Amino acid sequence: MTKDILTIGGLELTSRLFTGTGKYRDDSLIPGVCEASGSQVITVALRRVDLESGTGNVMDFIPRHMRLLPNTSGARTADEAVRIARLARAMGCGDWIKIEVISDNRYLLPDGYETAKATEILANEGFVVLPYINPDLYVARSLVDAGAAAVMPLGAPIGTNRGIRTREMVRILIEEIDLPIVVDAGIGRPSEACEAMEMGADACLVNTAIATADDPAMMARAFGRAVRAGREAFLSGPGARAGMAVASSPLTGFLDAGTAA
Amino acid sequence: MIVVVNGKETELRDGQTLLELLEARDIPADGVVAELNRSIVPGADFGKTVLNDGDHLEVLRFVGGG
Repeated sequence: MTKDILTIGGLELTSRLFTGTGKYRDDSLIPGVCEASGSQVITVALRRVDLESGTGNVMDFIPRHMRLLPNTSGARTADEAVRIARLARAMGCGDWIKIEVISDNRYLLPDGYETAKATEILANEGFVVLPYINPDLYVARSLVDAGAAAVMPLGAPIGTNRGIRTREMVRILIEEIDLPIVVDAGIGRPSEACEAMEMGADACLVNTAIATADDPAMMARAFGRAVRAGREAFLSGPGARAGMAVASSPLTGFLDAGTAA
Repeated sequence: MIVVVNGKETELRDGQTLLELLEARDIPADGVVAELNRSIVPGADFGKTVLNDGDHLEVLRFVGGG
């Protein structure tokens, strides 16, 4: 097989599993997760420094070779997302940004309209923009026009570990949108990441399912393998489905054929 | 003077620079980003950015997130 490369924003990736840094019981678990998963892209958030009590720095645990994908979590409007994105870039860790514009606190569903507005502004400023969206074809098309580098539809609400509940809508995006499709949010099991990749998704972003496992590094390895397995299954061209049984073994030459019963 | 730092009114010595504020709290300057009155302050300018009474300062950094 020739090398299977995913290119986003000019960066060639050999791993199709993106990981996150949220929810670890101890950030010192992160390097082991990065190594075991093979991931090359990792998300972070931007927050106020606690000036009274200094705490550990998550950046100390992110391997240098990884591409940082800061998110705009906390933004409720396009303007807030743009502000956060500019601050994140000022940290000097690259120009990738995951747009997350959310004003619904119960389901944390992204606002497609505000996301598209922020995407257009930031893409024009040279950011590599990866917007997090509901798998909506029209929103996705507006993101293509806005200059997004990839589209990240949710499988299920953030942190729910419920799998690809939006299967049909994600499938339509994969079919219709000519940008990398990264299934983000809701993937709870390696089998679900595998399923997304079998469907033809270009990558998966998994945070909670790895971070909250009893053994995050082992789970990260399982996810890495599942994503590779699903990708290879997709590339290999799965066979047709049938309603009734179709024998796998020849239907001639049976042992007792031709002899009287 | 009073500067609003990360949303909280904070008493600071007159003429204090952004870099001095961080150093006084043992916050490494290379691990944060700052926004003064809604304008981003480049890290190289922390030492020459003098804070003034009534300023609004935000100091942020990367944390774990998905």
